[in-house]
Amino acid sequence: MSQSPALTAERPSLPAPPKRRTSLTKRRQRRAAYLFILPFFVVFTTMLVVPLVYAGYLSLFESKLIGGEVFAGFANYVRALQDSAFLASIGRMGVFFIIQVPIMLGIALFLALALDSGRARGSKGIRLLVFMPYAVPAVVATLMWGYLYGPDFGPIAQIARSVGWGTPEFLTPENILGSMMNIVTWEFIGYNMIILYAALRSIPTELYEAAELDGAGQFRVAWSVKIPAIRPAILLTVIFSVIGTFQLFSEPSLLNAIAPDAITNSFTPNYYAYNIAFINQELNYAAAIAFLIGIVIAVVSYIVQLSAQQRERRERGIR
Amino acid sequence: MTSLDTRAVVTADSATGGRRAKRRYAPERRRSVLLTVMLWLLVLYFVLPLWWLFVSATKDNAALFSTFGLWFGGDFSLWENLQTLFTVRDGIFTRWLLNTIGYSVASAVGATLLATMAGYAFAKYDFPGNKALFSITLGAIMIPLTALALPTYLLFSSAGLTDTPWAIIIPSLVSPFGVYLMRVYAADAIPNDLIEAARVDGAGEFRIFWQVGLRLLGPGLVTVFLFTLVGTWNNYFLPLIMLNSSDLYPLTVGLAQIQAAASAGGGSQALFSTVITGSFVTVLPLIIGFLFLQRYWQSGLTTGGVKG
Repeated sequence: MSQSPALTAERPSLPAPPKRRTSLTKRRQRRAAYLFILPFFVVFTTMLVVPLVYAGYLSLFESKLIGGEVFAGFANYVRALQDSAFLASIGRMGVFFIIQVPIMLGIALFLALALDSGRARGSKGIRLLVFMPYAVPAVVATLMWGYLYGPDFGPIAQIARSVGWGTPEFLTPENILGSMMNIVTWEFIGYNMIILYAALRSIPTELYEAAELDGAGQFRVAWSVKIPAIRPAILLTVIFSVIGTFQLFSEPSLLNAIAPDAITNSFTPNYYAYNIAFINQELNYAAAIAFLIGIVIAVVSYIVQLSAQQRERRERGIR
Repeated sequence: MTSLDTRAVVTADSATGGRRAKRRYAPERRRSVLLTVMLWLLVLYFVLPLWWLFVSATKDNAALFSTFGLWFGGDFSLWENLQTLFTVRDGIFTRWLLNTIGYSVASAVGATLLATMAGYAFAKYDFPGNKALFSITLGAIMIPLTALALPTYLLFSSAGLTDTPWAIIIPSLVSPFGVYLMRVYAADAIPNDLIEAARVDGAGEFRIFWQVGLRLLGPGLVTVFLFTLVGTWNNYFLPLIMLNSSDLYPLTVGLAQIQAAASAGGGSQALFSTVITGSFVTVLPLIIGFLFLQRYWQSGLTTGGVKG
């Protein structure tokens, strides 16, 4: 390693030393890189991969009164796919996703574009105040809205009664899904707005300066320049929303205390999995349900990505 | 996932700064009154519930149920409420508050450190498996964490770790999104020349990371720290299944418990103002934290922003 240059110069048939030196530093750098990522991947493996595999393993067994744990193949999955309570909870979240996510992301995108256009007074204050609910735990947000929805003393009911609209019923079985959509929308518009706003800020101005100078209005610029430019960020918010929607837990579990008739123990898939595991003590079945929730999320995310890609390809074709 | 990855192009902090100075030209002067009014009306939707929370925290139980919710009424009893809150059940609320702070700070420090080291390595080193491991990390963003909670609970329970602080802290150390953000951030914020120069000077790889890397990663660190802190502070599901003794509860589980008691026991109305004041106290530290650190996390996110 510590060969002197003179020595190597004497023997030109051996060009190895300088090469070996670079490969040595390279190897040293590689070793450092692996050491840098090692701690993360140790925790990643123990806290993500192992539980995932374990859940898959558990889901293939059945606990019998006689004989204990028995291998059951896909029996738990077959049962889940015939379980009307589980299917209904997935369907409910499908409805939730189709209605709530476009509203939430639409408002978030509108706010981000409005703030980015720099045409409103106090943009900085608006940005912070809209983001604020993100710092509120879902538990507190649900508690709070629970009181606000209250038919007797809630301020919404107080106002509605004083203008003669009667008492709005937020917590009935028919309306509870909408009330929950509102809570989630309130919690996450700000977060999504910040992601979209950050993406908007990084669009090079040259992209729309020309259009603006040509007299294109703000709506036109937003629609044909800005929104296409931040498509990956929009896709990211949609995928985060898929994950969030199918995992809803705090909201139904807290609302259950104030509206037990409206929130069944299978209102959302995740709440159902919790009840099966910890109230009914059916761990194997709960593992299968948890696994299926993961699969639903993966499939929906994949469909979202695929349709986004197809759309982009189509539009490129037109251009 | 990988499509997100490959299209995520990033702008350097300095580049956005330079660009921003240039970007706002004529139209900025044209403020729109209509837009301003519309936006501020929308802001009311976000602020009024929190305003209600504050106003209600100043009311005693009688006023809570007899006066208009969005304005002060009755006596100003914020101090009495706080006193009740912190003394109820031998001051268990203080305990929950300290637990929450402990769990979230420990998880956030750990998660930020792990994510920063990994993100830095992904951004600045060329090693076999770099791409594959990063794709796996990105893919993991999509694994529903709550779906993992049940098997994690079983694993912890067989290791005898349920009902200990570790059951909350260890699972919260994994932040795939933090790794993603730090990779994107490190790629821009740390010039390769600087690393090379430090190497020529004879600095080891770890010294370069600690002394050169970390210093330049400031806003990115604050961003990942804050978001993982909020994640643990606001978590309800994990502590709910992992913890049994109420001495170990964080605020979220504690509040949900008093709330359940308040709604179940019709006679114990006194609990409602405790729940509301408790919620107010739970929310306050994070809001203040976000306000004070806004410059850091906003610039951290701008750089991490995905762009097409």
